[in-house]
Parts: sequence; C-alpha cells; structure tokens
Amino acid sequence: MRSFTYERASTPAQAAASVSSRQGAKFIAGGTNLLDLMKLEIETPTHLVDVQDLGLDQIERTEDGGLRIGALVTNTALSAHDAVRNDYAVLTRAIAAGASGQLRNKATTAGNLLQRTRCPYFYDTDMPCNKRKAGTGCAAIGGFSRQLGVIGISEACIATYPGDMAVALRVLDAVVETVRPDGETRVIPIADFHRLWGDTPHIETALEPGELITGVTLPRPIGGQHFYQKVRDRRSYAFALVSVAAVIQSDGSGRVAFGGVAPKPWRVAEADALLPNGAKAVVERAFQGAKPTEDNKFKIPLAERALAGLIAQARS
Amino acid sequence: MEFNAPAGRNLFDDAKIVGKSTPRIDGPLKVTGTAPYAYERHDVADNQAYGYVIGSAIAKGRIRSMSLDDARRAPGVIAVVAATETDPVGTSDYNNAPLFGGREIAHYHQAIACVVAQTFEQARSAAMLIRTDYERDEGAFDLEAAAPDAPLASKAHKQGDFDAAFDAAPVKIDSRFHTADESHAMMEPHATIAAWEGPKLTLWTSNQMVNWAKESMGEILGIDAENVRVDSPYVGGGFGGKLFIRADAVMAALAARAAGRPVKVTLQRPLIPNNTTHRHATIQRIRIAASRDGHISAIAHENWSGNLNGTNGENATAQTPSLYAGPNRLIANYIATLDLPEGNAMRAPGEAPGHLALEVAMDELAEALEMDPIELRVRNEPDSAVPGRPGRKFSDRNLVRCLHEGAERFGWDKRSATPGAIREGRYLIGMGVAAGYRGAPTMASAARVRLQSDGRLIVETDMTDIGTGSYTIIAQTAAETMGIPLEKVSVELGDSLYPVAAGSGGQWGAASSTAGVYAACVNLRRAIGEKLGFDGDSATFGGGRIEAGGQSFAIGDAGELSADGEISFGEFKKEYNVASYAGHFAEVAVDIYTGETRIRRMLAVCDAGRILNPLSARSQVIGAMVMSAGAALMEELAVDPRFGFFVNHDLAGYEVPVHADIPHQEVVFLETLDPIVSPMKAKGVGELGICGPGAAVANAIYNATGIRVREYPLTLDKYLDHLPEIN
Amino acid sequence: MTAPADTRMSVQLTVNGSEHAIELDTRTTLLDTLREHLKLTGTKKGCDHGQCGACTVIVNGERINSCLSLAVQHQEDEITTIEGLGTPDNLHPMQAAFVKHDGYQCGYCTPGQICSAVSVLNEIRKGVPSHVTDDLTGPMQASNMEMRERMSGNICRCGAYSNIAEAMAEVAEA
Repeated sequence: MRSFTYERASTPAQAAASVSSRQGAKFIAGGTNLLDLMKLEIETPTHLVDVQDLGLDQIERTEDGGLRIGALVTNTALSAHDAVRNDYAVLTRAIAAGASGQLRNKATTAGNLLQRTRCPYFYDTDMPCNKRKAGTGCAAIGGFSRQLGVIGISEACIATYPGDMAVALRVLDAVVETVRPDGETRVIPIADFHRLWGDTPHIETALEPGELITGVTLPRPIGGQHFYQKVRDRRSYAFALVSVAAVIQSDGSGRVAFGGVAPKPWRVAEADALLPNGAKAVVERAFQGAKPTEDNKFKIPLAERALAGLIAQARS
Repeated sequence: MEFNAPAGRNLFDDAKIVGKSTPRIDGPLKVTGTAPYAYERHDVADNQAYGYVIGSAIAKGRIRSMSLDDARRAPGVIAVVAATETDPVGTSDYNNAPLFGGREIAHYHQAIACVVAQTFEQARSAAMLIRTDYERDEGAFDLEAAAPDAPLASKAHKQGDFDAAFDAAPVKIDSRFHTADESHAMMEPHATIAAWEGPKLTLWTSNQMVNWAKESMGEILGIDAENVRVDSPYVGGGFGGKLFIRADAVMAALAARAAGRPVKVTLQRPLIPNNTTHRHATIQRIRIAASRDGHISAIAHENWSGNLNGTNGENATAQTPSLYAGPNRLIANYIATLDLPEGNAMRAPGEAPGHLALEVAMDELAEALEMDPIELRVRNEPDSAVPGRPGRKFSDRNLVRCLHEGAERFGWDKRSATPGAIREGRYLIGMGVAAGYRGAPTMASAARVRLQSDGRLIVETDMTDIGTGSYTIIAQTAAETMGIPLEKVSVELGDSLYPVAAGSGGQWGAASSTAGVYAACVNLRRAIGEKLGFDGDSATFGGGRIEAGGQSFAIGDAGELSADGEISFGEFKKEYNVASYAGHFAEVAVDIYTGETRIRRMLAVCDAGRILNPLSARSQVIGAMVMSAGAALMEELAVDPRFGFFVNHDLAGYEVPVHADIPHQEVVFLETLDPIVSPMKAKGVGELGICGPGAAVANAIYNATGIRVREYPLTLDKYLDHLPEIN
Repeated sequence: MTAPADTRMSVQLTVNGSEHAIELDTRTTLLDTLREHLKLTGTKKGCDHGQCGACTVIVNGERINSCLSLAVQHQEDEITTIEGLGTPDNLHPMQAAFVKHDGYQCGYCTPGQICSAVSVLNEIRKGVPSHVTDDLTGPMQASNMEMRERMSGNICRCGAYSNIAEAMAEVAEA
C-alpha cells in the first residue's frame, strides 16, 4: 500500500472538489473493497477523502412514493429497513446474499455499486490485465475463466461485475444520484451506470473524475413476488456463479436481471417481456450473442434453471 | 521405555481421567485471545522489525536482474535480502522445492526477496518497489498430459493374476477418477520471528514438528542445529502444511541477520498457496471384479500424481492393500515431473484422495451387483491376514461394526436403492456410505516431568498442539499416571529446549506423545520411590497421595524432582497392520433446478482404540469431515497451464466450507482397545475423519440424482446437463 | 523518496473501555493498530483481505472486519475486541460456551468467531434479516440455519462449525 494523505470531508460538494483537485485522490467510505485493492497496489491513491461524515446515511420516502437511499447507508441497514423489506424485498434478499455480516455492516450503498471485479487475474499483479493496467493484455482469456463473464464482455476483458445489490437495483429501475466537483448534481439510471468493457475495461462506470455518488432512488413499489437466487459453489460467503433477481407479478409478467455473467447487472427488456413464456424463452433472449468459454458456458443453462425454479416458486 | 510387546492390562484400563471428556486446558486462553501465536510474540525479543516476502512472478526459469535500489531507499527500510545476492540455501530431507537464493526459479511465488523495515506498512510498500526481470522457461504443468509417460514411483505390487481374474469375472467396474490439487488453508498464515545472538538463532514460529524444524534449519542455513532453538507453543492450524520449514522461517532468519535485529515475517495470504505446499492432484484408475455373490476376485488401483523433481507424490493407493479382501491384486503408483509448486503432505496424504476414488468405486460395484453397499463391504472384510501385504496381520480391527452401527444410527434402511427416487420439494435426496481406513503409526516420543514441592506437576515436551488437543491429553495422561488431579498439571509444549516428542503429523501425535509422557511419569514414580524409600512401580498413586508398603505419602513429600522418559517402539509391531477404521454416512439434498448440493446429515462411527479425550477427539473427526466435504464439493486449486500456477490463490478464490455448508455432525466412537499401538492402546483419529466422508457425500449425490461424476470437486457445472429436465 | 509528514496522523480510539491516542501511519489498518501498536493480539490476521473473518471486532456495537478498515477512519470509535469480552478467569458466556462445546481447535479463528457469535445473536434480536430468512417481515428466530448463515463470514479450517452452532444455541437459549 502506497503512502497517502487522508482527510474527512464535511459536505458532498467539498468531497467532490477535494478529490478532483488532487491528482490520485479517491473517496473512501466503508473501504472494504478499496483497502483490499490498495494492499495489493491495484489501487494506489495518494490522497483519501473519507466521506463518512457527509450525512448521507438516511433512507426516506420520495414524494412520488419511492425511496431515497443515502450513499452511505450500509448494506445491513438497507437490507433491514422496513420499507425495503416490505416493498422492495428483492433488494433485501440480494444484499443478504452478498459477502458476510461483517462486510455488510461496513459496505455502503455507493461503495457496493463501485465494487470492482473479482477476476483472479485482476487480483494477481504479476499477470497481464487490461483492466488493471491498460494495454497489457488479458490473462483470463484462455485461462481459468469459470467465474467470468459470458455476455457483454470484450476481446480486452471478460471480467464480471461481482456484486449482488446492483442486480436487484437493476430490476427495480433504480437511479443513481451524484454530485460533480463543480457542485452540479445529476442522475444516472442504473442501466447506464456500469459500462461494458469494450476496449477500455479500466473504465468501469459512468462516473466522471471526482464525481461522488450521493444516493440511489427507487421508483414507487411495483408489487409482485420478489426473488433473488444466488448460485455458488459454497452456500454462503462466495461470489455468484450466476444470480437471478426477479419480480414476478401474478399474471406471470415481470422483470428479471442476472448477476455474475456480465460487466454489469444483465437485464434485457425484450427478455423481460418473455417471462410469461417461461425461463427458456427469457434466457435465450437475454443471453443472445453470449460468448462463453468452455469453462463458463454452464452459466447459461444454469441461469435458465435458476430462473425456472423461481417461476415455479412464484406459481406455487 | 521400549514398547516391545502388546500392552497388557495397565493403569489406563482403570482410568479416572484419561478417556473422559475434558474441556481443553488451553481453552480459556484460546477463547480470550491470550494464547500467543508466532507473529504475536512482542515479548520475546526487543526491537522487532517487519519483513515482507516477495514471490516469483514466473513458474520456471531464472532471474535476469533485480532492481533493489528503490526498495533500499524507501522510508523505514532497514535491509533487503534478495535472491540474486544470496547463495541458494540448503534443502533438508523434508523439502523438495528450493526455499530461497540464487537465480533459478522452480515454481511460482518462490520467495525471491524479503524487505525489512521499521513498520509493516513500510516493508510491504517497499517490497513492491522491487522490479525483477525474468527469463521464462517452458514447464510441465498439466498432470493429464504428463501422466501417460510418468514412471512408477515404486515397484508395482502384483498378487495372483489380476488380468486373468478381472477378465474372467462376471461383474466388474473400471473407473477413472480425478482429485484436485488442494490447499491446507490453515487460518494462521505461516509466520516466524527470528533473532540471532552470536551464532545462536531462535525462531518463534508456527510448526508442527519442532525437532524436524530445528534439524532442517541447521541444514538450510549451514549452521549447527544445536545453535537453533525453535519455539512453537500454539499453531493456528497446520494439516501438514506446517510440517516443514517454509520461506517465512528462512526469510526471517536471513533478514534478521541482515538487519542485525529480530525480524518477524508472515506469509501474506495470497502468497501461501503457491509459495508453500499443497495436496497433489491425482488421477486414479480402479478396476474391481467380483463374483455374483459379491466376493471380490480382482482389484487394481493405479494412481498418477506429479511433483517437482518427479519425487514424493500423492499415493492414493495407500489404503487399498488393507481395506478389502481379494486374491488377485495390482497396485501401481506413478509420479510425473511437474513444475507446479511443491506437492507434499496434507491431512491423510494418499488415503484422503484414495478414499474419494476407491469408496466410490465400491459404490459402483455394489450397484453393478445390485447389492447394498454396506453388505458388499462386509462380504469383503478380510480375515486377520492383510490381503495386499502378505505376511502381515491386522491388529484390532472393527470396520464391520462401524458400518453396522452406523447403518442403524443413520437410518440406512430408509435409503432407496434406486437412485433419483426420493424428492422433497425442489430437492432430490440421497444417502451415501463409505468405509474409512487410515494407518495408525507411532513415533518415538520423549517428555520431561517436573514435580514441584507443592505437589504440582509440570510436563515439558517439544510436542505441538495444532488444534488437536495435545495440551489436554498430555495433562490427562500425566495426572492419571501420577495420581493427581488434572488441575495440578501444567503442560509446556513446542519448545526445542524440551525433550523431543513425536510431533503432530500422520495422526501419530496423540498415541505417541501421551505414551512418551507416560514413560516419563513412570520414571518419575521410580525417582520418587528412590527418594522416599519405596518401589515406584508397585506403589499406588492416587488422589495426590502415594500408598507403598503400608506407608502413605503426599506426592509433594518428594520435593522437587524431575524425570525424563521416552517411549520407543519395538520390532514386533512390524508384523502388524495397525490402523483406524470408520463407517462414514452422509445425506444430501441436490437442488433439482440449480444442482447445488446441501449436506443434510453426516455421521462417522470410528474404531480407533482408546479415545483419550472424547470431547476433543470428536472435534478432530468433525473437522476432518468438514475438510473431506470440502474436497468432495468445492476445493480445487485451479491450474493455469500457460503460466504454471494456482490461479485462485487466496481465501476468496479457493473456497473451503463455511458454517452454512455444514450441518450438525454425529460422531460415535466404538469402545475398542488396540494393545499393539502403545501402552495407551489408543490410535489417532484426526486423519481417519478425512478418509471416507467425501466419498459418502459423492455416493449420496449419486443416490440422490443417478448421476455419477468422478472428477472432484463435484461442482454443479459437471452434472447440470444430466439433471432432470425442467420447464 | 521521503513520505510527506502528513501521512502520519493522530488517532483516538476507545478500545475495551480504555482511551488511546496514537500517532499512526495513515496506512495502518484497525487490525494492525490493535495487534502491532496496542499489542492486543487476540484479534487475528488470517488473510488481511476480508476473506476469513479472523479479524472480526465490534465497533460501535457492530461487528466488522478490522483488516479492511483504516484506523484513521475510526476516530473516537468504541471498539470491543475479544480481550474486552472476557478474561481467562472471567469468561463471557459465549467464551464459556465455546470451551464447554469445544467450539474451536487450533484457536486462531476463535476470537473472530466469538466476536461474530455475540454480534449474530444481537443481530437476530434486532431483527436484521439474513439470506436464509424466509419471512422478511416476521419475527427472527435464532435457528440453527440462521446462525450458520450469519456465521459464514468466519471461516474455521479446523471445522468446528457444528460445535460452534451448539455453543451459540446454548447462549441464545440462556
């Protein structure tokens, strides 16, 4: 871990300005992913702006009946919030499926959106990795790719976005709110927040330098039955092979997003529309154009089977 | 004391302390965080500096150059020890991979440098400033590719005419299995504090075999082993991974010399799987033929593994000569040369992966015979002669009882013989069984017992407690033998200044080290008798008092007295096959949609002679069952054959079972005694517990689904497309 | 390459009821602060990457991985480590239950397991849902599966899980 200076910001705008004004500065909230990566010098900030005092830890109803979640609301607090449990259960279930109790107590809503990939070649600094060091190549292609992406990936990178919470946010059509260094705020639909890798896999989100997430807004509740199924090799404390977030209405229609398969939570509107036709139809459409490896091609039938299980549960 | 004939009746047959469930005497320290592990010993040496180890970025080749200047100039740096500036250190009998020094690289993450600084943060940061340029060689990293040309590791064992008998038999199976490279993944990383005083080196470290460590450190550094002191009172897990000196100790010693002050080094977790040792992957082919009534006529077990230098592989055939009867036999063990990190002992080396194959093969044979798998095993229970080791006989063996008692307790009669027949909601339910066999070796073991004038007793031995419960069983043995309450005994372990014990490995520790303590106590009884004027051997020691020849003494009357003693084992044992046995049972639920396996129940019925402390012995068994479940379901060091390394080299990538994976576990110990083992008549259980449960899980998955996967771990991707259609 | 002076900071922490003011390299994790600076070595370093749970401590009433937190992020925080729960002569009920049920073997993950176990029972009491909670709106039970799921961030390679669950059940029922 390289040396860095540290400050605590007191307002979002000040935090954003502070990060944008110093070369190599980064925000730190829970730190559960950033510090992990700093120890390996995958992240090498020279200055950390701690955002914990910004007061962004509230959950409140919006005027249109939705929910506004402060950027610093912890995973635990968000998953346990009554409104979330009652009206957005897919979010509670997704969060509870991720990481461990200790990590969820520290991990924040914004930080979780920014969680970086768990590709093992990204984590091993002796390996080529375009995401870690642009232009060095991708060791994962042709390597051990069982956990890695099957769709939305590129010739430069086949890593996945590894989180769970964002997969639920994707079916809920959440909106990310930010403040830029100049104090301007903007909103980014969750669908546009994570980028596909293309040939710049080191650029992972729509955020601009110094732009700070201040919150996430959920539209008004959509009813239906909420499911989050996470399939993994061990029963807990592991990243997904495949996860499925689904909200299924009584008429069989609904929304579905997949985790562990792509650079972002993977949701395809045309596939949603096929939900009444069953899992096979949805997955065929959602994974159209998939380019799995020999190691990870099982993820597509697995996604289908996992979704089929949820549809059956919804019907029972 | 030489143990040169089967044990007769002795004081342990009327034991009041040995054999009783006893909470660990070191428990209060462990649960309060006050038991000191290697890296934490701030008190043992002043002015400790921090070392940080860097591993090679290539698997095979050599270092062209290392740029060290930036690291040397970095804040707080005291010294940099680099491979290019150090002659290769020695290797001992126990090491295969080079530990440090010189330009040649034999495996990925071989230690190439250690940076010493005032603080951990400075050392880590400076270490990453080292730039190394390599010349990469091609290597052999693919066991499957190397196996066909691999030579025999030792002469094949042939009995009768396997080929003819196999060809002629009416029922047979021929199966090929793969078991994965596995990581010990003990929770305490390898760690050492090293300090020099003139020619004398002290290592506060985490090591299972203190005397091996001392001797080999002498060879590695080219110094007199008598100048090496090793202290390892608490070991945060080893499982074979801390049997030997590893880079932490070597680097700490070299760095402390370079820095001129004590240095502490721990291997960072992502370095451990490739820098240290692992269990080798195996390929196994098993052929078994039987008559229609289930008697095995021919059995062949062939095994392939690979290692550096083409030596010291994973011999998964280890149990096969002893487990089942059958006149025509073939055992062959092949070893390929691979350039992966060093394969070496991990909990029940050989037998653990051997059971994953053999005990599934037996399940397949039972199915081919349309016979209950327990009945098949019972029918092939050998008589007193060891089937695959002519001239040897079994000591106490109760495998059939284990299987029968297990069947009754587990509700085996509720198992459907037809696979895929039982469904509960979205789950397919199945039960599986496996036999367990693990040799029960003993090793010479010594101890010192020091009687205090207040009647307290101090036991000193370089025996280690790696979670096995050594502290407690040693205290129980000493208390029993000296006739004093357990609370009057304190136990000091793991210091090479103490008499040399068996150490912790090969599940020999419990049986051997307690026998050594017994030997020392017998000598102390004699010494007390000499001092107080009675015959120590015929006196009665009990309740803190001694009754001898009509006289009565308090044990403290003798004042301070010390006695050493050692148990050694005579030739007579060579006639015997001494082993521990188990019946392992598992019930699983397999998700019909996703293929995820949930273990619902596990049971082990064990035959291991006297159980010295049923509480901690049970823990040994359940822990081994967890590790075996891990091997069956999830554990695999993934090899990248392009770069020649284990890719998933941390605890996120290498998944071991977590709480959620493991249900309540049952363990039953049969009340047996084995007089061939030692005066304690006790055998180890720590490795017995990993021999069979994984196969029971695999057989249960088959019973649940009707899908037989022979490539471990049994992850869902390997059978998803065979699960029932869903729509 | 001299580090700028402001890469050291003063940090005030309350650990097990005692206040500490320490000057630290900003890079120092809470874990290393406890182990190397305050010499409270009961909190263990198993992986230093949030992958094992051995470093679990309780901060302001909630358990966290102290390896993935910088000390400077914890100004004025109240930290409870294993040493603060009980001592060998005066064990916390969870510590005593671990001894009774042999909920450990090598002991290295044990302090983290115990800090988690104490916290898990609190989390269930407070109604925090888990991955295995079927009814998200009903009352929480300290069932075997709930405890196992919630304890899964604490790896025990010795495999004491079954015994830990029994120790926790005893404390939960007390």
